[in-house]
Amino acid sequence: MTFLEVTLFLLNGFLISLLIFAVTLLCGAPLGLPIAFCSMSRFKPIRAISKVIVWIVRGVPLMLQIFIIYYVPGLLFNFPMFSRIDRFFMVNYGIMDAGRIAAVLIAFTINYACYFSEIYRGGIESISVGQYEAGYVLGLTKKQVFKHIILKQVIKRIVPPMSNEIITLIKDTALANCIVVPEIIKQAKELAATKAMIWPLFYTGVFYLIFVGLLTVLLGKLEKKLSYFRS
Amino acid sequence: MAILEVKNLKKSFGKTNVLKGISFGVEKGETVSVIGSSGSGKTTLLRCLNFLETPDEGQFILGGEEIFNAAVHKTLNDDEKRANRLHFGMVFQSFNLFPQYTALQNVTLAAELLEKEKLKVKKASKGEVRDAMDKIRTNAEEILASVGLSAKMGNYPCELSGGQQQRVAIARALALNPEILCFDEPTSALDPELTGEVLAVIKSLADRKMTMIVVTHEMSFARDVSDKIIFMGDGIIEVEGTPAEVFGNTTNERVVKFLNSVNK
Repeated sequence: MTFLEVTLFLLNGFLISLLIFAVTLLCGAPLGLPIAFCSMSRFKPIRAISKVIVWIVRGVPLMLQIFIIYYVPGLLFNFPMFSRIDRFFMVNYGIMDAGRIAAVLIAFTINYACYFSEIYRGGIESISVGQYEAGYVLGLTKKQVFKHIILKQVIKRIVPPMSNEIITLIKDTALANCIVVPEIIKQAKELAATKAMIWPLFYTGVFYLIFVGLLTVLLGKLEKKLSYFRS
Repeated sequence: MAILEVKNLKKSFGKTNVLKGISFGVEKGETVSVIGSSGSGKTTLLRCLNFLETPDEGQFILGGEEIFNAAVHKTLNDDEKRANRLHFGMVFQSFNLFPQYTALQNVTLAAELLEKEKLKVKKASKGEVRDAMDKIRTNAEEILASVGLSAKMGNYPCELSGGQQQRVAIARALALNPEILCFDEPTSALDPELTGEVLAVIKSLADRKMTMIVVTHEMSFARDVSDKIIFMGDGIIEVEGTPAEVFGNTTNERVVKFLNSVNK
């Protein structure tokens, strides 16, 4: 295999990594918001439930969570949902690994939503009561105060910790290979196994580095854009 | 007739009785200074007037109309609080400007949002909305000019001095045309050399007959500018009267002690 062929083969895997990254971000980031609000709820049972969920999700390795999502429907309910999805897409559309990828996407989304929710909560709670009160005495509603006064200050404060989490996310996608999802590391291992080529495994690092470099620049720009005010 | 009458206002937090039955009246155009040592309930009084706290007991009568009666409104819903709050303006000790908005935007924000709400109900055309927003902006510019900040309208709060920030906060409160403007120790967070410019603005409002309730530790300001002084001690009004009465010849022990301690 030539260098170009290896690159393309790995790139194929990296597209799966990027898919996991994008879906986790697009679904996990919004899902974190209701979890954050539940964690701050005045209603104690809701607060307790969401804290327990966050504790479990943050307290168990993501790899284990992927196994649980993938295997538990079959083991506990005799309904191996994800392998059925695999087979269904394979037979009908010729698409490989759809069920496995779905399981990974679910596990990642839940896991990251919980981490994001804690970042949101920290950001929201760090805004001083005076900001809310200044809005209220001007006759604004709670909703208006949050939308027009609090939100942007929260966003400014959570950009650095969110950047950190987002950069971690792209590297965490490698965990998907525990249920044989053909992401980039899995592809490289395949080359090692079938072609006795070990160097592509190390070459994968370049893909991650380039992507993280890109993210760093973009997130840095966002941070700079919000630097016009101090809060 | 008094524009505001507060009757038997009581508020406690847990077991602490902060206000133990406060009654007073404010005449239209009057400046009332509230003085007294810390912990006497001055700030809580203002917070009750602005419905940041809901009083446990008491009544507020504004322009002859009862806007709040604790016996009737045990709790207030958000809409009721909003409607009541608009009668009052509030200037905080720590300014609480919105950092992401310029001085001008700080002043226009609430007026714009409230006006847009009204126009939406009326299904106003885009032109009408634009005209209304222009009017709000012009008004805000005038108010900022009146507090001496024409040159700073486009600046963000972090680019302004404490005194300038507090003047923006005053302009922000004025923009909604409150019937009564409340100040909670407006100069206590300022460096001494910056208090003058803020007090000058408040004095100019007094000259223009704005009705104001000012919680303050600036005794000379209270003496020179107020029409009436309320001295609070431990949740009640100890002495109430003109500056001459309170500062001149009071025999109340607490007041004498307090005045001696601040004059040192």
